[in-house]
Amino acid sequence: MVLSAAAARPVRRRTEPGVIVAKIVVHLLALLPAAWLAWQIRNELVLGTGRLGADPVAAIEHFLGLWALRLLMITLAVTPLRQLTGKAVLLRFRRMLGLYTFFYATVHFAAWMVLDLRMDASQIGAAIAKKPFVTVGFAAWLLLVPLAATSFQRAMRALGRRWGQLHRAIYVIAVLAVLHFWWLVKSDIREPLLYATIAALLLGWRVWKRFAISPRRTATAG
Amino acid sequence: MSLRDALRIPTRDVTDEAVYRDRRRVVAGLAASGALGLAGCAKADPPAAPPAAKVDPARMRAGFTTSEERTTYQDVTSYNNFYEFGTGKADPSQAPRTLRTHPWTVAVGGQCAKPGRLSLDDLLKGLKPEERIYRHRCVEGWSMVIPWLGVPLGDVLKRFEPTSKAKFVAFTTLADRKQMPGLSYPALDWPYREGLRIDEATHPLALLATGIYGKPLLQQNGAPLRLVLPWKYGFKSIKSIVAITFVEHMPFTSWNDEASDEYGFFSNVNPAVDHPRWSQKTERRIAGTGSKLFADRIPTRLFNGYAEQVGSMYAGLDLRKWF
Repeated sequence: MVLSAAAARPVRRRTEPGVIVAKIVVHLLALLPAAWLAWQIRNELVLGTGRLGADPVAAIEHFLGLWALRLLMITLAVTPLRQLTGKAVLLRFRRMLGLYTFFYATVHFAAWMVLDLRMDASQIGAAIAKKPFVTVGFAAWLLLVPLAATSFQRAMRALGRRWGQLHRAIYVIAVLAVLHFWWLVKSDIREPLLYATIAALLLGWRVWKRFAISPRRTATAG
Repeated sequence: MSLRDALRIPTRDVTDEAVYRDRRRVVAGLAASGALGLAGCAKADPPAAPPAAKVDPARMRAGFTTSEERTTYQDVTSYNNFYEFGTGKADPSQAPRTLRTHPWTVAVGGQCAKPGRLSLDDLLKGLKPEERIYRHRCVEGWSMVIPWLGVPLGDVLKRFEPTSKAKFVAFTTLADRKQMPGLSYPALDWPYREGLRIDEATHPLALLATGIYGKPLLQQNGAPLRLVLPWKYGFKSIKSIVAITFVEHMPFTSWNDEASDEYGFFSNVNPAVDHPRWSQKTERRIAGTGSKLFADRIPTRLFNGYAEQVGSMYAGLDLRKWF
């Protein structure tokens, strides 16, 4: 089985140098917020109160959550951008952006459990079970896990058509992530509203493509 | 010397926080060793009567002070909820210094024999400012320990001779777009309003504060005049007060209006009654100069630890219904 799978593997096309450079740049940009945060945490530990403010735990949580959400939106923007520009090369960045979304979401979740709730299992469990905004955030993260776990080539081939179906969970995740943010704020909805609008545009584009364009296609085909 | 003058003492006379903290330690040490009478030391401490280094048991029992580690002046003045200056925690301290705190008038009216519009000086005339070191618990789950400077709210209120119809007291924050940039966004139904039952307002713990750490209040902390109600969630302690009204019925309160299932009229700190979106069982204490990254959460106490003093006011009240 292993042998045949290896044999079935198509010959890898060599990645163009331009794409390699672009990928390195995207990696660096995606890591920049994490590097900034790591530096601020270092300052907090070495110098005491710094740029993270009076409540650094809350600041860290919020920062990581916000970047998870931003990367999620950027990941979701890849497909519409490819369709609008016709540049197929854009798709080569989607997986890494998706994995960075998972990375920030995971560290965000870990910061909440470790720094905020101090690994108190009963409080973590109670919050996930009883507080809708936590439930929704946790569900979003949980749904990201199988997507990250099946993000490599072999899983893609093994799952075949179902891979695409599975990865459509990203639409649900986007809705849950925005809801998580929306329910968190007390009364100033401007920031979550901004992300809700972006998510609505990105998901709306897909709905429009599917329902407004395909009937016409079917018509011409018929 | 009026309170305002007392608060306008030159910077050189204002005790630096580090000195303030250090002196207490030194004095406490001396007191413990029995080497020094305390009365003499105390006189040197402007502008308020200083807290006794050796806290007398009666005051300690009354909850007017605590030996818990204090929140730094830097943190108290840079981490604030004051939506009139923006909804971010750092917004109020980073907003332009547009609040004109002088002259400042407070309109007092409603069910009282002596209503009037008073300048801040007249409002506080003859009342001796005192220091109270209180725990401050925000509904969001963080807490501070703050040395306030102020006068008992009850002492101010009784000057207006509230009638028997005065069952509640309503407070209003300034709402001036020119001075408060946050008003351009309707985060709440401006002006910000809060209210108390008359017995709560006249409780000895209720403080009408004008200062922090022996210094005048800054814009972000509710200058020049704010409430401090240590047994209630922070938002009940209304800032930059321009009106006080004695009323017969439970008044409109801003957060209750915004989400009545989340913010009750009483809003007493209670670990047994969760906020619908987060637990109130524990809190993150923002205090001290060290890193707060590794500090454990601390259990929240009923009425923020002031149950002995305020508990009787809520006897017989269903604290789940009247949260």
